[in-house]
Amino acid sequence: MTDTVLDVRDLRVEFPTRRGLLTALDDVSLSIRRGEILGVVGESGAGKSMTGLAILGLLEPPGRIAGGEIHLSGDRIDTLPERAMEAVRGRRIGAIFQDPLTSLNPLFRIGDQLVETIRLHTALSRDEARARALSLLKEVGIPAAEDRMDSYPHQFSGGMRQRVVIALALCAEPELIVADEPTTALDVSIQAQITALLRQLCTERGTAVMLVTHDMGVIAETADRVAVMYAGRVAEMGPVDEVVRRPRHPYTAGLMGSIPSLRKDVEELRMIPGSMPRLDAVPPGCAFNPRCGEAGPRCRREVPRIAGPGAACWLEREGGTA
Amino acid sequence: MLAFLVKRTANAVFVMLAVAFLAFLIFRSFGDPVEMMVNEQATQAERAELRERLGLNDGFLTQYVRFVTNAVQGDFGISYRNQQDVMVLIGERFPATLELVLVATVISLVVGIPLGVITAIHRDSRLAGMLQLGSIVGVSLPSFVVGILLILAFSVTLGWLPAFGRGETVDIGWWSTGLLTPSGRAALVLPAISLATFQITLVMRLVRAEMLETLRTDYVKFARARGVPRGRVHWVHALRNCLMPVITLTGMQIGNLIAFALVTETVFQWPGMGLLFIQAVTFVDIPVMAAYLLLVSFIFVTLNTMVDVTYAWVDPRLRDDTAEVGGTNG
Repeated sequence: MTDTVLDVRDLRVEFPTRRGLLTALDDVSLSIRRGEILGVVGESGAGKSMTGLAILGLLEPPGRIAGGEIHLSGDRIDTLPERAMEAVRGRRIGAIFQDPLTSLNPLFRIGDQLVETIRLHTALSRDEARARALSLLKEVGIPAAEDRMDSYPHQFSGGMRQRVVIALALCAEPELIVADEPTTALDVSIQAQITALLRQLCTERGTAVMLVTHDMGVIAETADRVAVMYAGRVAEMGPVDEVVRRPRHPYTAGLMGSIPSLRKDVEELRMIPGSMPRLDAVPPGCAFNPRCGEAGPRCRREVPRIAGPGAACWLEREGGTA
Repeated sequence: MLAFLVKRTANAVFVMLAVAFLAFLIFRSFGDPVEMMVNEQATQAERAELRERLGLNDGFLTQYVRFVTNAVQGDFGISYRNQQDVMVLIGERFPATLELVLVATVISLVVGIPLGVITAIHRDSRLAGMLQLGSIVGVSLPSFVVGILLILAFSVTLGWLPAFGRGETVDIGWWSTGLLTPSGRAALVLPAISLATFQITLVMRLVRAEMLETLRTDYVKFARARGVPRGRVHWVHALRNCLMPVITLTGMQIGNLIAFALVTETVFQWPGMGLLFIQAVTFVDIPVMAAYLLLVSFIFVTLNTMVDVTYAWVDPRLRDDTAEVGGTNG
């Protein structure tokens, strides 16, 4: 495992609130290798974006990392002071956010935003940085890149803006890219282009990608492995094919059952009864047990955990009963 | 950009014509200019002759056009009070007021913007709390009270700065400036601070509110994710997005400051337009009042137009020539 880029171990994020301590992430462990795309999927509030922000060191106070470790290519980064973290963000970890319409500063030309980022992280001169910005724009498929350097964000369409955002994330050839719902705000027809572009660029460079999304379809097309999150915990992890075809956690199975398919012979959509618990009301034991049809006594008592491939489920581990 | 400029200028001209009409109405309807100008022994014939000479027998429209034509050329007639050309009177006083207002504006921006940013960034700190409290005091204190307190502290007690007047001035063409002599600068300090106090707190509170809003935006978070250092994110990326309302406020407030200057000028016996206007009101000196009205509106309208143009310069989205060219999606 020498080519592990990101290694998150037992990450715990807490929010002190007036009504008590909320555990937003509860012992989350995951890892991504060079050139690999890990899909992180789950409902809103499951903690997938939170994991991305924690890795970037951008948790909003009062949220804080209360336990666990984050390693980037062997270096521990969760304990770095803010100043050192500024040098990691953008340089070693690139980020892509959900809404390309709001990720770019509306008052700065996109060329200037690129040059700013490049010069922050490299020793290039202004002209060299500009040349590099231009080649990045070409690489992400901006037509007439030369002319578009001096354009402002509002002069780009959503898809084009997300391409610019990807170029920004790639500025310093980072080892890891955290892509938080990169296609959610885009038209369906554009989504496929953007995910294909992201995949192509990262494979070429050997960049590891953490692809956060609630869209299982995007994961199935793009990711190599997938981590399914539920109520701040990883419910299931494994290669995409396996998880999609043979989900082992009842929640994953429910998730797969609720994806509409174009094939006509599939039975009607199934849905999971109930809804994900709020963070201040996570039940003891497996967080999914109130919604799981087959939960046993152990499911209500002990939290099932996984640190590698597999499902965090007592039923699965013990062959049907718990 | 050119089309935008032309449009804005046309608007401004229209507003000025409307204001000129108001000034003209005042001019016509408050008292009889002939009565004001002739002495009591004048015969009926002399009065009629003067009336004819002043063009008061011409049609309403002809008179209005003449009024506007003269005004555009800077001719507002003769002051009733001291028989001097109104424009000369105002020309003597205007530099004093404008220098006072501009210096006060610069002070308010230079002090107000950083305070606003600091109180927004460290919004839970004790310092921010104290500044917020101070700003409430600043907003609530009337400017003449501030002026009198400043005089008391720095002129009477400490004796550092003059309490009244403008000090020595230097003439550059028709403009008399106090900025070039030590006594002129010293005399400017207290009135400018007193005029700026309210403005500082206004700018500070506005910048703070805007900053708090901007700091929550995605592009600020994304700038941090790109590795832009925190200071640069705050003072470059976020602050620039806050400047729009500050520009508006400052532009509008310069007009207000000229009006407020009336009070400050009275407290500090500053020989500006405010003092001139107060004297004109006391003597029902209509030409001076009409000229003051026109001049102040001219400043307001010009500032408004400049604010709009500056908008377009700061925010590219408002420029006509940068309309979306990228298609809807793709």
